Amino acid sequence: MSGTAILRTEGVTKKFGSLEVARNISLSLPVGARHALIGPNGAGKTTLINLITGRLKPDAGRITLDGEDITTVAAAERVRRGLTRTFQINTLFPGLTPIESVLLAVCERKNEAGQFWRRLTGHAEAVDEAFAILKQLRLDDAATRETRHLAYGQQRLLEIALALATRPKVLLLDEPAAGVPKDESAALFSVIAALPADMAVLFIEHDMNLVFKFASRITVLVAGAVLVEADPEIIRADPRVREVYLGQAHHG
Amino acid sequence: MRVETTASGPTQTWLRRRSRITAVEIAFWLATLLPFVLFPSYLSLASQIAIGALFALSVDLVLGYAGIITLGHAMFFGIGAYAAAILAKHGWGEPLTGLLVAALVAGAVGFVTSFIIVRVQHLALIMITLGLGLLTYELANSFSSVTGGTDGLGVEIWPVLGAFDFDLWGYTAYGYALAALFIGVLLARRLVNSSFGLALTGIRENSARMPAIGSTYRVHLQKIYVISACMAGVAGALLTETTGTVSLDTLSFQRSADVVVMLILGGSGRLYGGIIGAIIFLIARDRLSDMNPQYWYFWIGLLLMAVVLVMPGGILGGLSRLVRREAR
Repeated sequence: MSGTAILRTEGVTKKFGSLEVARNISLSLPVGARHALIGPNGAGKTTLINLITGRLKPDAGRITLDGEDITTVAAAERVRRGLTRTFQINTLFPGLTPIESVLLAVCERKNEAGQFWRRLTGHAEAVDEAFAILKQLRLDDAATRETRHLAYGQQRLLEIALALATRPKVLLLDEPAAGVPKDESAALFSVIAALPADMAVLFIEHDMNLVFKFASRITVLVAGAVLVEADPEIIRADPRVREVYLGQAHHG
Repeated sequence: MRVETTASGPTQTWLRRRSRITAVEIAFWLATLLPFVLFPSYLSLASQIAIGALFALSVDLVLGYAGIITLGHAMFFGIGAYAAAILAKHGWGEPLTGLLVAALVAGAVGFVTSFIIVRVQHLALIMITLGLGLLTYELANSFSSVTGGTDGLGVEIWPVLGAFDFDLWGYTAYGYALAALFIGVLLARRLVNSSFGLALTGIRENSARMPAIGSTYRVHLQKIYVISACMAGVAGALLTETTGTVSLDTLSFQRSADVVVMLILGGSGRLYGGIIGAIIFLIARDRLSDMNPQYWYFWIGLLLMAVVLVMPGGILGGLSRLVRREAR
């Protein structure tokens, strides 16, 4: 892997009481990365995303985005600088339609969301952009249907659409296909594969077939610490990884 | 007619249709003129209703759109009422500048308190708004040299635009309050149909997502709180100017609670809910207190419970659901 790191964590550590949920985690995402984060349940994958996005504050360590230290920067400001996430459990606006939701995200990015004197349709560029994002995610037909009435798979796509509207440099996808039937999750990942080549993507996924298909780099997280980070073919052959996953299969 | 060429054309049209003025709306505003000819002896009640409706509209902006539950909004109503009264007491009884000063003073207090408001949620938020309301009431009570204490203040208000004197029958009062309500609705309409209105709805629908789309949404909440405070202040000033008096009751907890009841009755988050609620609530109070002056809240309580149980979206919400079912 060549290229400069766009996102970097250095020795990030987080404790809940005596429980270490993140232990000395160092990651580095180059521009355009397709990086998978895998590991058994409770390994601290979502916790790591919460730490990177500023939902949780690390007890130790540093996080940098494009060379700048963002360890103490507020969550919304990190998004504005190009670090955006999606949620494992749908975190959408149930009473808004997809076009309204994405338009809101576009307006926030353009600092136009506070303009109470301008008609919504006056933001024509933003509306076009929001619609283009929905089209890209094949949600254009559902653009004016209330989010709560959308099919579950469409809601998962809207999660990604909202994130794309912020124009991220780094996109963190927390189990984008969670709860989606197997045949549909492949389609969902084809959408992810079609994301711009200069966007770095870090994704959590349990389906190993999808991970090996779409990831160019894999980090295995176990009990809050990095077990191994390597290219997919090395991970595939690593006996420790097999043991973790087989062990998981025995217990669960 | 312009032909839409972009692929988003139908969506643009859909967005535009959402903010279109409807025939029902036009009919409603024409109907507000009826009291002048049909019920000239009820014009002072009609102006009370218009003022109550403007106050309810101000609460709808924070409660219905932004999801800030408040039980202390009478503090802004009362501050506006006293601002206009004190200004008139000091020799400037011009009504329009009275409204402006009331809006500015209430807005300034709203700005200062907004820093606390946006930091709390749920029960704590209700208690903070309640506490601020009680605090303001007792402050006004103790500074009786300025506010007149429990006696209140009687003031001299000049004619509106130098031409329309406040008459005994309430022609000017109702015309003046109705014009203010109309302008208030136009402004609120513009606001809720803007990107800012969309952001407020987003906060109400899911504030947890807002930071994840890069929104510093507390700033939005502060902004709408100040706008709402200004509007409530204007409503209070209208009461002072149309009645020529102000009393502590403008700041009372009862008024804060009543306005929320009006809004829930009519339906929150729909602009006209507060207006419908004010009409029903104030006419019911007028009729019921004639029949039974002591126990009229019994019926309001019953009505409130019935509406909340049967029509969760208030009367307007229930009606729009009926219309949609008929259309199908």
